[in-house]
Amino acid sequence: MTTVETKKIDGITRESTQAMIDKTLEIYPEKARAKRAPHLAPNAPESESACVKSNRKTVPGVMSARGCAYAGAKGVVWGPIRDMVHISHGPVGCGWYSWGTRRNLVSGINGVSSFSMHMTSDFQEKDIVYGGDKKLAVLLKEAKELFPLAKAISVLSECPVGLIGDDINSVARTMSKELDLPVIPCNCEGFRGVSQSLGHHISNDSIRDYVIETREFPEPAGPYDLALIGDYNIGGDVWSVKSLLEECGFNVKATWTGDGEIEKIAATHQVKLAVIHCYRSMNYMARVLEEKHGIPWLELNFFGPTKIRQSLRKLAERFDDVIKDKVEAVIAKYDPIMQAIVDEYKPRLDGKKVMLYVGGLRPRHTVGAYEDLGMAVVGAGYEFAHNDDYERTAPELADATVIYDDASEYELEKFVDELKPDLVGSGIKEKYLIQKMGIPFRQMHSWDYSGPYHGYQGFSVFARDIDLAVNSPTWKLLKAPF
Amino acid sequence: MRQIAIYGKGGIGKSTTAQNTVAGLSAIGKKVMIVGCDPKADSTRLMLHAKAQTTVMDLIRERGTVDDIELSDVMKYGYGGTKCVESGGPEPGVGCAGRGVITAINFLEAEGAYTPDLDFVFYDVLGDVVCGGFAMPIREGKAEEIYIVVSGEMMAMYAANNIAKGILKYATSGKVRLAGLICNSRNTDKESELIEALAKRLGTQMIHFVPRDNQVQRAELRRMTVIEYSPEHKQAEEYRQLARKISENKKLVIPTPLQMEELEELLMEFGIIQDDDPNVGLAEAAVA
Repeated sequence: MTTVETKKIDGITRESTQAMIDKTLEIYPEKARAKRAPHLAPNAPESESACVKSNRKTVPGVMSARGCAYAGAKGVVWGPIRDMVHISHGPVGCGWYSWGTRRNLVSGINGVSSFSMHMTSDFQEKDIVYGGDKKLAVLLKEAKELFPLAKAISVLSECPVGLIGDDINSVARTMSKELDLPVIPCNCEGFRGVSQSLGHHISNDSIRDYVIETREFPEPAGPYDLALIGDYNIGGDVWSVKSLLEECGFNVKATWTGDGEIEKIAATHQVKLAVIHCYRSMNYMARVLEEKHGIPWLELNFFGPTKIRQSLRKLAERFDDVIKDKVEAVIAKYDPIMQAIVDEYKPRLDGKKVMLYVGGLRPRHTVGAYEDLGMAVVGAGYEFAHNDDYERTAPELADATVIYDDASEYELEKFVDELKPDLVGSGIKEKYLIQKMGIPFRQMHSWDYSGPYHGYQGFSVFARDIDLAVNSPTWKLLKAPF
Repeated sequence: MRQIAIYGKGGIGKSTTAQNTVAGLSAIGKKVMIVGCDPKADSTRLMLHAKAQTTVMDLIRERGTVDDIELSDVMKYGYGGTKCVESGGPEPGVGCAGRGVITAINFLEAEGAYTPDLDFVFYDVLGDVVCGGFAMPIREGKAEEIYIVVSGEMMAMYAANNIAKGILKYATSGKVRLAGLICNSRNTDKESELIEALAKRLGTQMIHFVPRDNQVQRAELRRMTVIEYSPEHKQAEEYRQLARKISENKKLVIPTPLQMEELEELLMEFGIIQDDDPNVGLAEAAVA
């Protein structure tokens, strides 16, 4: 690994961070303290390893925002594929509350070429007692009748299906033949695993077992064929990155799974290279593509001009001069545009501090974008990241920055109190807590109803949003009534 | 109202014993309701002279939800005015039979099936308490008296001991108690003494020894209890005695289940398992 200059932040030392962690842990009973302590640590960039423990069961009694395996399967991996019908198999709530909440935008015409609808088998008592297999078969038939243009159907198991042992795999197999349509079962019962992360893995496995290699691209293969993996088109991210890559001369043959099309995903074994954005949720399939199909993959970061520039050059390295020239031309074209954005916003954001607590990727990937605006990330943590995510995080952050894994609301609040950041980026559950503390906040799972944030196009939106949040006069008008 | 649950190894004769006993109670003027807690739904056929009555779960499945059915749709009146209900449930291998029992019993409670005029409610529960659903009849506020049907066969005794363990678990948190073992004879060696001894070890009693008699089979073929089919037969008197004993029973205990080794020792003591069995090793010797 190349040696990168270690970043420092004034006033933050390993001792100060450790003291803050110790003080925060004091309130816990001994057992909870012992369990939580390894999940909190000051960053040690030179270690090139994870400084915290992760992917463990949440300590009971602390609030956690990690989702479940079903959430990972429905909300993250399967849901964004637009030309399929996704069935939530079980009682109605899981499907309803995971419907359209992630802002994974889709193109197409609803009901014709995209199917952004809520489909569920709506379990009742009788389905629990007598099993839901037969109902599922009927539902699959109805789905095909209602939406004859859907290219496939996914069956996403909710908890009770695993408890009563409904054999969705066998129903999927039978009905797939009968309907002459791919029916993909996904055993993603919510109680499996410690967070939504296992749901990503299970879904990757079902793509491996039921989808990949089942289709071929109709047009002949080209030397610049790419797949964009682990981008879910939040607020239009995929569209921004796809057009950028196309401008650089690439052919983006498939997007996984933002605005995704199942037949293109199924033919992805024919591309030359896989660009992976969200490593946490899609590294499994990236490895399958590499090991089984010899397709290399590259982790890239499209947040902020610095990282975009690095990423495009890293990608160009894998290709010929045609691409390299085009990439340089694209960089040259956008550099002044990006500089103009930085010139506009940096004076208002310079030196501002940010704390991040998001899912499995953004706490490390967005650091560069904040830094482009002159801001510093003074604390970062993930809800459901693993060891390899924290390894990738260490070099991105300044020395001694506090790292928190599966943080509780209490811990987050204490750290915010101590570090007094100018902005916190986290989820909807954290939003109002932080705002009530008088601190600007952005909901960084869904880009707070904004976006895209990826690519050059995204950076202008990002810079504007961050400026609006941080420099809004609202927070200065707040006075505590006590 | 006394609520009684009948447990025991699968095939031991729980349903037959329960229905014959209920017939006996009804013969001495007691008002009884039987709640079948087995997806097979064969807990009331001798009372109703019917193949199988419409079950709570079947009707829920047919009509949609539990709100779509009435008590009168699923409650039938059998021999001696006995109220009969079957929870019902799925065929083996699908769904969740345990949830069916929970749904059915909740329905009966909500619909006021437990009327104050009842002297007894009998729950006839499927062989093994495989999940929480089949423990529903012994949860808080339901059956407080458990009878285990057993025979001198080793596996039946194992099962009885396991059920005693289950009762112990619920006894510590509620009022459920073991009320006795009913020996449904299989004509094994020293059966009565063995079950007496097992009962003693469990801290309970063998409330009655029901001898084996083909008259039970004859009556069953006509979908009747022995008491109804042949009230004068000596087997009918056995069930009447059992009913009387249950009616008068005050010995409700928290059981003291045995360790596996203790149970085997007990069998050894009665010569069922022999330490120096001449047959042991013969098979291997023959193969060699």
